[in-house]
Amino acid sequence: MSRIKIKQLSISYGNHQVLKNVSLDIPDRQIIAVIGPSGCGKTTLLKSMNRLLDLNEDVAVKGEIFIDGENIYRPDIDVTALRKRVGFLPQHPYPLPMSIFDNVAFGPKIHGLDISSTPAVSGAQEETGKKEGMRRFVEHYLSLAGLWDEVKDRLHSPAAKLSIGQQQRLALARVLSIEPEIILADEPTSALDPISAKLVETQFKILKQDYTIIFVTHILRQAKRLADYIIFLYMGDLVEHATAGQFFSEPRDEKTRAYITGEIS
Amino acid sequence: MKKRKLEENIFKGLMIVSLLLVFAALAGIILVVAVKGLSSLNLSMIIETPKGGYYLGKEGGIANAIVGSLYLMAGATISAFIISLPAALALQKEYLSRRFADFTRLILDILWGTPSIVYGAFGFVIMVFLGMRASLLGGIVVLTLLIIPIMIRAMDEAIRLVPFELKEMAYALGTTRAETTLAVVLKQSLPGIFTAVILAFGRGIGDAASILFTAGYTDEIPTSLLDPVASLPLAVFFQIGTPVPEVQARAYAAALILLFIVMLINIIARLLGWRFAKNIVR
Ligand SMILES: Nc1ncnc2c1ncn2[C@@H]1O[C@H](COP(=O)(O)OP(=O)(O)OP(=O)(O)O)[C@@H](O)[C@H]1O
Ligand SMILES: [Mg+2]
Repeated sequence: MSRIKIKQLSISYGNHQVLKNVSLDIPDRQIIAVIGPSGCGKTTLLKSMNRLLDLNEDVAVKGEIFIDGENIYRPDIDVTALRKRVGFLPQHPYPLPMSIFDNVAFGPKIHGLDISSTPAVSGAQEETGKKEGMRRFVEHYLSLAGLWDEVKDRLHSPAAKLSIGQQQRLALARVLSIEPEIILADEPTSALDPISAKLVETQFKILKQDYTIIFVTHILRQAKRLADYIIFLYMGDLVEHATAGQFFSEPRDEKTRAYITGEIS
Repeated sequence: MKKRKLEENIFKGLMIVSLLLVFAALAGIILVVAVKGLSSLNLSMIIETPKGGYYLGKEGGIANAIVGSLYLMAGATISAFIISLPAALALQKEYLSRRFADFTRLILDILWGTPSIVYGAFGFVIMVFLGMRASLLGGIVVLTLLIIPIMIRAMDEAIRLVPFELKEMAYALGTTRAETTLAVVLKQSLPGIFTAVILAFGRGIGDAASILFTAGYTDEIPTSLLDPVASLPLAVFFQIGTPVPEVQARAYAAALILLFIVMLINIIARLLGWRFAKNIVR
């Protein structure tokens, strides 16, 4: 079963073609790793899946991406609703210019999410009021991102004061807070120390029961550790995509083999 | 090795000289204005309007000009702000194409460089056409036009400093353009927007030429928007031009008061600016 189908996707910035005719079905409720050398188009592919690419001026997208049978590049699509369903964790996770608490509460607020029906709060709201409901909600997602213990005493201080690693986990909490179905993560552990990185990896493994997680990494070992499915890009071409087991043990393409063994990078 | 050291020293020297020049100029201005004006600066100068014979050296004060300048600038700053903020936000690439935004910036920079007497003459022509006489309203309108280019461009520079990735972060959560602007762009550029307002205020309150024909001058404190109104720059201008030494000294006192107001506004703005900067992401 596949919710995300990419059909003949070509993307160029100006006249620089970055993705060339990529077609691919992405499996559901798994962790999918997008790998490939720097500049091969990983970030571009990720951003095309929630139309974040639209923000760039001279970008041209050809082809189609279907999510749940709906072409997200159809002109009448509600982009804000799409982005709520397809969360994005950027390579450089800036915090929003507000408190730690508000960083997590912001997304649900703009989407008018009924937090009382979320598992994090589940019915507690009637007894405790709206404010306490939101507090539990924020606590839930900060805990899920492994940040709660470090920030629980300073929820209302500026998020900008957090360390980079903490900011990255805050960004994770923020993505989770809008309750997306698909999470796109661009090198989500690149700014983390090994311990925090492990924490995020563990979170991903738990989250994949409910979410489809597509993440970019340039660490082959991380892809091996984490991913169920691998997408390998090389200079804008989709070279190979397969289950992790098959990809690493019996690569079909010569380039894949060379990349895995470190002959090209 | 010697060359690099020499280069380093030349740069250091240039920087020190430039900064000294800036400080010396400010100190010089304050000193001259203070020495000449302090002697005639007293309470009645601030709280009284000119009495009969004031311009010959008799008693009275320039409360008319102080209050007049504050009225003019309160009106102009508020109306310019209301116009400038949306205009500056519209220059973001989500709203206007880069080409049109750059064209708008060019227009604003030209307006910024236009001499204020031209604004005054323009305002005067319009007022004659409408059959209006010099008034508080006329002064506010012309001052608003005068400071809008500065305010928009200074706001624009602050808004452009907001990292694109920060906005992208908000959009990735599914915000609309308005939500991104309000929750992220405005919050992040608030200190800069504040500075823009102060900058524009400073330019407006010190300007004499634009209000010479449009606001007029009077010894009374205006009671309606259609009354003419006095102002500090014109108080300086008229008094310095009289042959009476006492009145000339009062021109410097008026200048001193003007300097003091600008200083006060700047200091208050800095103090408030710190509060606004709390949540800023670097
Ligand atoms: N906004 C843009 N405008 C023009 N070219 C761009 C833009 N963004 C990316 N590119 C180009 O597109 C190509 C692919 O970029 P992309 O960011 O997708 O690579 P990547 O695989 O994520 O690389 P990395 O591993 O270094 O993050 C690069 O050659 C890059 O220079
Ligand atoms: Mg990238």
